[in-house]
Amino acid sequence: MPVNETLARYSDWSYVSAVVVYVLAMVFYLVEQAMTKTRRQAARELTAVGGGSAEAVEVPAESVVVTRSPRADRFGRMGFSLNVLGVLLHAAAVILRGVATDRVPWGNMYEYGSAVCLFAVVGWLVLAKRFDIRRLSVWVLLPIVVLLFLGGTALYTPAAPVQPALQSYWLAIHVTAVSISSGLLLLPGVASLLYLFRAAYERNGRFAGFAARLPKAEVLDRLAYRVTVVGFPLFTFAIICGAIWAESAWGRFWGWDPKETCAFIAWVIYAVYLHARATAGWRGNRAAVINILGFASMVFNLFFINLVTSGLHSYAGVA
Amino acid sequence: MTNALAYLRNTWRGLTAMRTALILLALLALGALPGALLPQRQLNAGKVSDYITEHGWWGRLLDTLQFYDVYASVWFSAIYVLLFISLVGCLTPRMFEYAKQARQQPVITPRNLARLPHHGTSTVDVAVDDVVEASRKRLRGWRMVVREEDDGARTISAERGYLRETGNLLFHFALLGLIVAFAFGKLFGYAGQVAVIANGSQFCNSGLFAYDSFTPGLKVDGTELDPFCIKVNDFKATYLPDGQANSFDTGVQYQTGADLNSDRWEPYDLRSNHPLRTAGDRVYLLGHGYAPQFTVTFPDGQTRTKAIQWNPSDLNTMLSSGTTTFDPPNTTDETELRKHQIAITGLFAPTAVFDGTLMSSIYPGANDPAVAVQVYEGDLGNNSGYAHNLFTIDQSMVEQGRLVQKAMKNLKLGQEIALPDGTKIKFDKALEFVGLQVSHDPSQDFVLVFAVLMLVGLMGSLAIKRRRLWLRVTPSGEGTVVEVGGLARTDQAGYGEEFTRLSAELLTGKKRDT
Repeated sequence: MPVNETLARYSDWSYVSAVVVYVLAMVFYLVEQAMTKTRRQAARELTAVGGGSAEAVEVPAESVVVTRSPRADRFGRMGFSLNVLGVLLHAAAVILRGVATDRVPWGNMYEYGSAVCLFAVVGWLVLAKRFDIRRLSVWVLLPIVVLLFLGGTALYTPAAPVQPALQSYWLAIHVTAVSISSGLLLLPGVASLLYLFRAAYERNGRFAGFAARLPKAEVLDRLAYRVTVVGFPLFTFAIICGAIWAESAWGRFWGWDPKETCAFIAWVIYAVYLHARATAGWRGNRAAVINILGFASMVFNLFFINLVTSGLHSYAGVA
Repeated sequence: MTNALAYLRNTWRGLTAMRTALILLALLALGALPGALLPQRQLNAGKVSDYITEHGWWGRLLDTLQFYDVYASVWFSAIYVLLFISLVGCLTPRMFEYAKQARQQPVITPRNLARLPHHGTSTVDVAVDDVVEASRKRLRGWRMVVREEDDGARTISAERGYLRETGNLLFHFALLGLIVAFAFGKLFGYAGQVAVIANGSQFCNSGLFAYDSFTPGLKVDGTELDPFCIKVNDFKATYLPDGQANSFDTGVQYQTGADLNSDRWEPYDLRSNHPLRTAGDRVYLLGHGYAPQFTVTFPDGQTRTKAIQWNPSDLNTMLSSGTTTFDPPNTTDETELRKHQIAITGLFAPTAVFDGTLMSSIYPGANDPAVAVQVYEGDLGNNSGYAHNLFTIDQSMVEQGRLVQKAMKNLKLGQEIALPDGTKIKFDKALEFVGLQVSHDPSQDFVLVFAVLMLVGLMGSLAIKRRRLWLRVTPSGEGTVVEVGGLARTDQAGYGEEFTRLSAELLTGKKRDT
């Protein structure tokens, strides 16, 4: 089946544009952050102006309220609009790849990474629209831009048909479910990482410059949990689909192939997270660390297993 | 005696505590990790031996500690057996608790609703009974009970989300079922590999001898395999210009049951992702390669023709290596036979290119096949009783001078090579073979059923929130005071919005037309 080279080229251009627009959106989000003052800073400035003394007034962390000027808010909204534009370009890149190759556009590592990031951003935009967490966007976009950059450079693979083992409708079901769930599970990973900073700040005022602008630890914790409880069953579904496919493609539904093993490990870690969150003494920091480990295992599974070990899932297509 | 009992009781309690389960789960994840990082025997035994050779004492230590058979190792088994026990110990009391709760009424309304995480209050000019009646309507779907208090106030205790625990228990019991079904499959299942040349050759699932390699379950001795036969008529592979495979098609015929005693064959199109399911077994197309066919003309004019699979060493170009052997005809004398066995060994290229006399392959399709072979004559050493590699000659025989190289040449289709004694060897054609796998797993359907139940249970236990709501309606001078309080019994996440919406309606005390 020939590849439509024109569309493949448009897809590549669209991909690059999406990354550029994401970076631009990050700049706007950062400007919003810079213009957002915490009341502690405001208080400090007040004392500095009024009393002429350099001493800052100690304000306990809980009473620090983030104040956002209308101008900062405008920058944030512009960042959000750019973010939406970026996701549209990103979606166009993915869809054009699919049309150009006449198959599901996640048949190699470059395409898969792109799809995971797309689902992560879409998931994030839906969340940011519903809840007051837009100011986290820059931290969500950061890993995504890094992944997309790596994908577009080191892992880039030209558009081509896939090998016979992948020519199955299970490619559409299994890999779609894996990429959506991986994309979604990126969000709790970021939220839990930020939680650690924010929780430290709320305990003893550390990381004030950065963590004071974050939502409350409780909000971050709830965000992580809520997305995990959607992503985890989806990931379970993806693994089950993978097993069904493996049964018809490789002769067994489970064979401890490195990728399967690593998916199992990630699954168990997320199971530990869910249990930890319901166990006294494990809530908070410990649960957050476990969630970060869960996401780390997903990233490990994507990069290390695809590129370093060799197994049946060696479809990276990276020469 | 009492001490021993106390010890047992404490061990049991410790084992079934959530904290222990958490640590065991974490250990399970950690214990599975070496399996992804180190070569594993069940996947690739050759790699394991290479790894041990490369790493010296460290490699041998890992072997002693069963790091190359992680999923069959004592320590990995210990983790999951403990987890299994912990799970049973955790679930059994929860079952009873669940059964008890399922019959109980929602708990009595707390005195001070304002102390709950979610609460609200309002004063309305609607009669107490009307407020209660409207609220009851609004709370349809909740399990609830209306109670009177001493001071004339009426309360509603409501609770919903009982299915959360149902889902939770379903998930965990299905998990237990899955593990049992998985283990059953490991006991009674088997998998075997066999290469069949695609020129109408047959394979029959009649015993271990028919296979090239066979992995039996612990309770399988290979004497009672499901009988069926399969005939491979043709194999067609297509490739992209860069050599990537694009499609594999195998025309097979099979017979099973009563057909085995007749000449009735059912046709089947065996492809990747399209196994043949018959007689309780599954047959997969998992590999393919070339089998060069040679004809040997012996000095006395007799000919022998043979083709056997050669091992594809590079899947992108299908450059293959192998050995085809012949016994001299008309020899019953073992010593004489052992002097004149012939081995044709070397490389096969489906689309050959030559750099001088050095042959390589540039494309996996058979556009211009050629072989670069050495011909040996002598004792092949294949009666030594030891297993020998199908694709190579026994180098120790060469070293002992019992197997001697007689000729070396590159041959294209139809070309011949002559040995000093007058024997001629002709490269006739390039046949193809398919690598078939026969798998048998009597319990895999149960594994699937349990996996689906797990997923259903998981979704129920994560999506459904167990939550309580109380309403107190008190008559007072200015009107009727309505207080609402709410408490999520499991995770707070997400009850806030529902409570706000619900309490806004309840606090008006009126029926809403929705």
